[in-house]
Amino acid sequence: MRNSMHHQAGFSLIARVLHWLMALMVITMLFVGAGMVATVSERHAWLLQLHKPLGITILLLVIVRIGVRWAHGTPPLPSDLPLWQRLAAKLSHLALYALMLAMPLIGWTMESAGGYPVILFDGVTLPALVEASPGLYSTLRFMHTWLAYTLFLIVQLHLAAALFHVLVRRDSVMPSMSTGPLPGAKRSKG
Amino acid sequence: MTRKLSKPPYLFLRLGSIAVALIIMATAFAYVSGWLDPQRLTPDRIINTFEANAGIHEGYRRNHAKGICVSGEFVSNGNATGLSRASVFERGRRVPVVGRLAVPGPNPVIADGKPLVRSFALRFSLPGGEEWRTAMNAMPVFSVSTPQAFYEKLEASKPDPETGKPDPRKIAAFFAAHPETQAFRDWAKTAQRSSSYANLAYNSLNAFRFIDASGNVQVVRWGLVPEAPFTPIRDAQLKNPDFLYSELQARLEQGPLRWHLVVTVAGPGDPTDDATKQWPDSRRKVDSGTLTIKRMQDQEHGACRDINYDPLILPEGIEGSDDPLLSARSATYSESFNRRAREQAEQPPSSASTDDAHDDSQETQS
Ligand code: HEM
Ligand code: HEM
Ligand code: HEM
Repeated sequence: MRNSMHHQAGFSLIARVLHWLMALMVITMLFVGAGMVATVSERHAWLLQLHKPLGITILLLVIVRIGVRWAHGTPPLPSDLPLWQRLAAKLSHLALYALMLAMPLIGWTMESAGGYPVILFDGVTLPALVEASPGLYSTLRFMHTWLAYTLFLIVQLHLAAALFHVLVRRDSVMPSMSTGPLPGAKRSKG
Repeated sequence: MTRKLSKPPYLFLRLGSIAVALIIMATAFAYVSGWLDPQRLTPDRIINTFEANAGIHEGYRRNHAKGICVSGEFVSNGNATGLSRASVFERGRRVPVVGRLAVPGPNPVIADGKPLVRSFALRFSLPGGEEWRTAMNAMPVFSVSTPQAFYEKLEASKPDPETGKPDPRKIAAFFAAHPETQAFRDWAKTAQRSSSYANLAYNSLNAFRFIDASGNVQVVRWGLVPEAPFTPIRDAQLKNPDFLYSELQARLEQGPLRWHLVVTVAGPGDPTDDATKQWPDSRRKVDSGTLTIKRMQDQEHGACRDINYDPLILPEGIEGSDDPLLSARSATYSESFNRRAREQAEQPPSSASTDDAHDDSQETQS
């Protein structure tokens, strides 16, 4: 990583905007997905109509975001952070990126394998990524559910960790993602 | 470099608020998923009830389980272009169609003579990857107008463990509690079974919205009107539990079968959200083109097997209406499809043999 370039210890503006925008979108998607398969009311139809374009938007944004991260790097974690917490942070961020990429790709492939037209909105239908196949469909459909639950769990841990930094450690982790780079600011406290 | 973490004041309060935040989020998720709300009508519950009533027939649809795949094409005559801008209606447009003729009920081996209702589902493959899917029944009105009533009817038709048949008192009680079923019951009392799939008219029953080139909306229902004249079932046919199959085969050997796709436009005040109510006969009807069916295949191997005829898969120019059955059908067909696709992948059903063990409980199902 190019951390060394980032003495000002914060995420770039674009990284922060993408983080909060996508956090909102991903959490919305988890609730929309869970809600739409658990009702027969009119909500089912309009939540599904929201689910697909929002999911594909996440796919596009996460690609941009991975590019931004590659270009700008990340600020270092507080130097006094125990090793296991560093590892947990790295691994969970990796998992979040992987799932933000995988979930919409699975959704799109799954719909193709189920023989469904992948309708984003009126008149805009995405091409099928694979041939229709019930076997592939049911595998992907299973993964779509269980990876969504995994994503929800990791988001919960991520939220817990963020709040821990804010409320207990009171260090620079949240500012690095909220207010961003402060001139001359150091990432770790003290 | 390492610094001892200074203990913040009210540490427990701080940790506690983190826990509260997580619990709130997890509870909201559980609620939305229906886990805290067992009363909610979910696709799962409806499909579980089908399975509880009829057992699991692996790989088959949970309703309209017995059917035949057919294929052919639709040729538009251009008459409906003024109603909908969907490309399927452009004058002279030919689109390939994969269809499925079926009888209602969850039993894939029910004798063909038993069910009163029959059905026709179609998938039109439009240019640009668009599709129009529709699943129609040969009846003038649907039995119920809400998903809740559909579910209650399903519950009421649960076979009695003693007799193996639905309890007629429960069915009667259901009908008594649901006066909206009257039109359907009146029809069912006098309706005749036909000798064939080919000589029946099939109706969308649910209403849809047609959007024309300038964005004007018309509420419509559509249906297939057969070219073959209606003839009632013959006694000899009843001896063959799969007579609909052999009859169709014999007809197709003679040549293709045709239906006209007729669109009925709602008048002011016609109910758009109630499939138990017919619209007056005087409503404007537009014959939009001809469906020609040329080939058939058994459903275990045919192209219709892996299609979910979700009535809300619609091309640009057609939208769902405010009929609450539509969303329920979409959600429930998907759950049925998920289960049968999984079973299909694990163990494809080879071929069903007809049994007569099942009684006529499906008579009035739809
Ligand atoms: C629920 C509220 C959320 C809060 C309070 C929050 C907070 C934070 C904070 C403070 C960081 C900086 C961590 C560091 O300095 O290394 C961060 C990073 C990150 N967050 Fe969130 N986040 C939230 C939701 C989400 C969601 C829903 C996702 C996506 C699924 C997400 C994905 C990420 C990723 C991938 C990183 C690592 C960024 C990188 O290293 O490039 N966050 N978050
Ligand atoms: C970040 C991206 C996504 C997330 C977090 C997400 C999440 C979910 C969740 C939680 C469910 C409910 C699963 C269940 O309870 O069984 C679901 C279902 C579904 N998702 Fe997604 N999804 C995403 C992207 C997509 C995309 C891009 C598509 C399609 C283009 C898609 C199509 C579907 C469909 C069709 C269902 C319901 C299938 C059914 O009726 O059985 N998803 N999704
Ligand atoms: C809430 C009400 C309804 C429920 C819960 C319901 C349920 C079902 C289910 C579970 C299937 C099997 C789907 C599959 O596995 O592909 C099915 C098939 C079907 N339903 Fe319904 N249905 C409802 C209303 C209607 C109505 C109003 C019609 C009338 C047009 C209708 C016509 C059909 C047809 C024609 C099929 C067979 C489609 C095929 O051949 O694949 N259903 N229904």
